[in-house]
Amino acid sequence: MDLLLSSFDILARWDVLIALVVGSVGGVIIGAIPGVGAAVAIAILLPATFSLDPIVGLTALLGIYGSSMYGGAIPAVLVNTPGTAVNALTTYDGYPMTQRGEGRRALSLAYSASFFGGVFAVVCLIFLSPVLAAIAPHFGSREIFLASLLGIILVVLAHRGQILIAGALACFGIWLNTIGLEPIQYSKRYTFGQSWLSGGVDLIVVVLGLFAISQAIVLLVDKNRAPRTGTLSGDLFQGFKELFRYKRVASVSSSFGVLMGMIPGVGEFTAQFMSYTAARRGSKTPEQFGNGAPEGLIASEASNNAVPAAAMIPLLALGIPGEALTAMMLSVFYVHNVVPGPQLFQNQMDFVVALYIALLVLNVMVVAFLLCSTNLLLKIIQIPTRFLGVIILTLSFVGVYSLRNSTIDCAIAAGFGVFGFMLKRLNLPIVPIILGMVLGGIMEAKLRTSMMRVKSPLDMIDRPIAFILFLLILVVLGSHVWRMWKDRNSTEDL
Amino acid sequence: MSAEPKRAKPGEFLFVGLFFAISAFLLTQIGDQAKFSAKGKLFAQPAFWPGVGVIGMVLFTGLHLLTHMRQQTKDGTGAEIVVWLRAFEFVGWFMVYVVLVPRLGYLPSTVLFTFLLALRMGYRSPAMLGWAATSGVAIVVIFKTLLGVKIPGGALYEYLPDGLRNFMILNF
Repeated sequence: MDLLLSSFDILARWDVLIALVVGSVGGVIIGAIPGVGAAVAIAILLPATFSLDPIVGLTALLGIYGSSMYGGAIPAVLVNTPGTAVNALTTYDGYPMTQRGEGRRALSLAYSASFFGGVFAVVCLIFLSPVLAAIAPHFGSREIFLASLLGIILVVLAHRGQILIAGALACFGIWLNTIGLEPIQYSKRYTFGQSWLSGGVDLIVVVLGLFAISQAIVLLVDKNRAPRTGTLSGDLFQGFKELFRYKRVASVSSSFGVLMGMIPGVGEFTAQFMSYTAARRGSKTPEQFGNGAPEGLIASEASNNAVPAAAMIPLLALGIPGEALTAMMLSVFYVHNVVPGPQLFQNQMDFVVALYIALLVLNVMVVAFLLCSTNLLLKIIQIPTRFLGVIILTLSFVGVYSLRNSTIDCAIAAGFGVFGFMLKRLNLPIVPIILGMVLGGIMEAKLRTSMMRVKSPLDMIDRPIAFILFLLILVVLGSHVWRMWKDRNSTEDL
Repeated sequence: MSAEPKRAKPGEFLFVGLFFAISAFLLTQIGDQAKFSAKGKLFAQPAFWPGVGVIGMVLFTGLHLLTHMRQQTKDGTGAEIVVWLRAFEFVGWFMVYVVLVPRLGYLPSTVLFTFLLALRMGYRSPAMLGWAATSGVAIVVIFKTLLGVKIPGGALYEYLPDGLRNFMILNF
């Protein structure tokens, strides 16, 4: 009870409440505009939050992260264009429902399923907290190293069909993180005699280049588009009643979201795919999937909205981000000298619970906002894409320049902008670079610390959790090799 | 490697080839660019992690190239290169904006930037150009005036009268 009161005390401030409102409303709007997305918004806002209290900055960014998918469902359902990448599966059943005149029902179901998924995940998080608090202290340097290694392997393997290039880009991220002064012996690495490289390449500069500037260039180079939408009449509450009919689908999908969200590198897409497959298998009308099945829409939205809260688990408990957005949030923690990891659960549990409560309140606020303002959002969706490109490029400047008022940072970010643009054009992944940078830094520090305490590399896995993580790495790699071998055999059979 | 795509996108082979060449160059520089002493454990060497990075880059891009050698690349690499080059125009716009801010000031540079770039992108109606300029003002007000992000006042502000100069430096 004391813990809960202490957590409420952290949140009961006007600046936190404003951050919650701005984050949740802003996130919905950003999510609803195709071509922007939470990653771009968080990258731009990140430096602006550095001057705020950790809880205020994190609440605002969490708000955007947690609510963008709600907004992304609107264009996915009404104009067959996902607002964010993770709403792509929503178009499969949402848009056919709109085509047959059930747009309002589809949108209402999307909101209710998203709300269910979001709240389900936060409740799971709250119940898991004591377990995490008990397990987290058993994670020492070697366990965190192995968990980071597992995370990076999962991130690479998650890019099926692009594993080699994803591996190369993850290694590029690891290398980028080593540029500058080495942290123990202070020797220079890959500075090529340039003093401006001695401080290394800032993660935020890279993030802004790869996500924000590259997206601005994509929008500016592509043809101008302005989706046309009508207006919706009638209330949007009916989906909440209808969701009860599909409570099994919503619960299973949310559970997949929580499970997949907790595993670094897996995330929304796998959660959605598994939920959608499970929902279709369990449906009495599987033939309707892809043609406007309400269960398909619920599976997609409930699972993707359960992921953000669950993705906070490895970040908060171990300090390991599972994907690009949590990697960005990790930098906010570091800037405020709040170090996520086992110590956070032991020493600042009230802060952790405050974040959970903020996520819960956020979901309520987002749904309330959506129920009142969907028609307003339909107008925002119509902003021309090239105009958005102009705005994103302008905003990117604030993000980079406000860090150190450095023109060199801006040039580096612009360089990464072009690199990210090329990757996007070629449909190659960006996320492995960011996770390579973040996890590479963690792995270097933790491997050094742990190797000082062991006599042989085998001693690295002489503790139970370390051994389990090592086994998991072997299982993940083994199952991938087995799948490759199976695919090859089936191709030869053809 | 059946998990790899069957056909490469236009420009992919060139992109990965360049990535491989740069990675190989970085690998050749490791002796000069990172310390590696005979004493001490391998994992504690300053060159160990950059080595992991560049060796991984060379290895994975090399394997990627090998798998793509057998694939028929789609036509259109030249057109794709033209698209890549078009990106540099906007990088140029961005860098000019970066250079202008400390000189003209954040507010004038931003309004000028959004207005001119909107014009360049083909918007001609007074409404859209008005929206572009208004968005510039809104961005400055939100970030500098309200959130107080660190962006220095422009050199041009020095020519303003005393009271207005301080106000402009602090807020815009």
